[in-house]
Amino acid sequence: MTWADIKKKGRWLAYMATEAYNVPYRGAVARAKREQDDLFMLLIFCEMMGVPNPATYYTLELQPIMLEKFHEWHKRAGMEHSPLDDFRCC
Amino acid sequence: MPAIVPAIIGITLIALGYFFYSKFIAEKIYQLDPEFETPAHTLRDDVDFIPTNRVVLWGHHFTAVAGAAPIIGPAIAVIWGWLPAFIWVIAGTIFFAGVHDFGAIWASVRNQGRSIGSLTGDVVSHRARTLFMIVIFFLLMMVNAVFAVSISNAFVATPSSVIPSWSAIAVALVIGVLIYRMRVPILWPTIIGTIILYAVIYLGDQVPVTLPETFMGLGAAPQWIIILFVYATIASLLPVWLLLQPRDYINGIQLIIGLGLLFGAVFVANPDIVAPAFNTNLPEGTPPLLPLLFVTIACGALSGFHGLVASGTTSKQLNKETDARFVGYLGSSGEGLLALVTILAVTAGFASLGEWEMTYAEFGMTGIPTFVAGGSQIVSDGTPLSKEFAATLLAVMAVLFAGTTMDAGVRLQRYIIQEWGTIYKIPVLQNGYVATFVAVGACLALAFGAGGMSGQGGMAIWPLFGTTNQLLAGLTLLVLSVMLVKLKRRYIFTMVPMVFVTGMAFFAALYQLWDLFNSGSYVLMALDVLVIILAVFVILETASAFTREKRAAAAS
Repeated sequence: MTWADIKKKGRWLAYMATEAYNVPYRGAVARAKREQDDLFMLLIFCEMMGVPNPATYYTLELQPIMLEKFHEWHKRAGMEHSPLDDFRCC
Repeated sequence: MPAIVPAIIGITLIALGYFFYSKFIAEKIYQLDPEFETPAHTLRDDVDFIPTNRVVLWGHHFTAVAGAAPIIGPAIAVIWGWLPAFIWVIAGTIFFAGVHDFGAIWASVRNQGRSIGSLTGDVVSHRARTLFMIVIFFLLMMVNAVFAVSISNAFVATPSSVIPSWSAIAVALVIGVLIYRMRVPILWPTIIGTIILYAVIYLGDQVPVTLPETFMGLGAAPQWIIILFVYATIASLLPVWLLLQPRDYINGIQLIIGLGLLFGAVFVANPDIVAPAFNTNLPEGTPPLLPLLFVTIACGALSGFHGLVASGTTSKQLNKETDARFVGYLGSSGEGLLALVTILAVTAGFASLGEWEMTYAEFGMTGIPTFVAGGSQIVSDGTPLSKEFAATLLAVMAVLFAGTTMDAGVRLQRYIIQEWGTIYKIPVLQNGYVATFVAVGACLALAFGAGGMSGQGGMAIWPLFGTTNQLLAGLTLLVLSVMLVKLKRRYIFTMVPMVFVTGMAFFAALYQLWDLFNSGSYVLMALDVLVIILAVFVILETASAFTREKRAAAAS
């Protein structure tokens, strides 16, 4: 067995271990992460929904970065278009 | 008889079951299609639905279903002799569990990856769906209570397992943070974590921990039960990536090492089975083999719990429909092997028939400690490990399995209570903390009501847990049978197991009613009455769904 073979086996083992670790809880972890992201998004857009946010000056910059995630969110929430009048993403 | 004989016969039969029977079921009954696009592809969202390598998925299914239950069940059931338990485990794995697990995956894959519970609503009736939810809730409550009692028994019987079992939680937390927060590749934490775990087992061996004999009027076992539920409350509220995920992963490694070690030791040491094939000298008060054997060994032969795993996570990640046979059937075969090695440990791990009879002096008083005592003897005979080290290792393995199931069980129960809060518009139940406290309170009441208060209750609740588990299996097999009737295929291969387990569960529940009334365990008796009512409803639902679908199939 050459060194390259051993390395290949090691990589396969690492892949299998990673998958074995992730498979049972992939959905649960992804959902929890999504919920956290949603909360973060709410903080960024809260001024637009009429909730005063002292950090708006800073979070404003993040809005364009969040555009794609925002689109995903309103689709997931069952709204075909953006619910915010001043923030049309599609 | 040398233990190697049933070991070889069992492994061979299970292998034949996989190669021939499961092939027949796959081709002729479920008619798996390699071209069928599974939900993992059609509904792919990279959250729940994602095609996964079948070996990985098999590992997931196997480790999720093989836990403490296939150890405790056979450890109680060999009281009737080793042969009945052996036959039920092997036949159950081949003709019942394999078909059930495999079928649950198939049914879910053919229905957009939906869970068996939700399928019951469509295929059978809405009433059956409600029934399904109630059965699951009872099952979870009993799982948590029974595992808390078994862990506390194990801690009292093997004090050296206390430090390693709790250290495993610390190891899991560190692995969780390293992998999720620090994005460390998994291989090194796995290797180092496993080494630390076994080093701590050595440490535990040197420093056994015992709780005070009485504290505020409670014995050592009930003290452990309270500590375990405090732990389960906290653990079930933590994010899954922090504790549950790494703990499950560590358990998977433990399971593979433990199984390898035990089977290896059986083959090397080849101990003699000292227990009789059929025990004619049954201790007084032992219930009859028929129907109790079939509910005492649930996991390891057939268990409804598997259907929840199979249709919950496994089916959503299946790459090809034909993988269902490998994942489902072989996954449950792995669990059958764990039950088989447990039977060998608790019948061949004792020096003489007299010693064995002394251990099995009363029904329901055996469990993890018996498995540890017998297994450690075989391991120390067949490997260079000392008996004490082997005992700690096996006790830790069983405790970790049971502990993780408790974590997950309390969490699932909380979800159900929160869902009920939403359905019946009770806002306070929707709160995660309140729901958790309600769940834990119910489990604690059950654990103490079932005799855990004195630490003498043993496993009185175990057969009731098995009964509920078999009812759930019956419901899943019912869904499969009805689906097969609709498709105009032969349904006898799911129907016969369904009738058999539901019948056994029903008679076992009736027998226990009498038994529990006589022993004055009124909490369990009340629960048993509920189980009987549920069983009657399951039977009625079955009959009505079946006649309806048969008529519809005949008319079309």
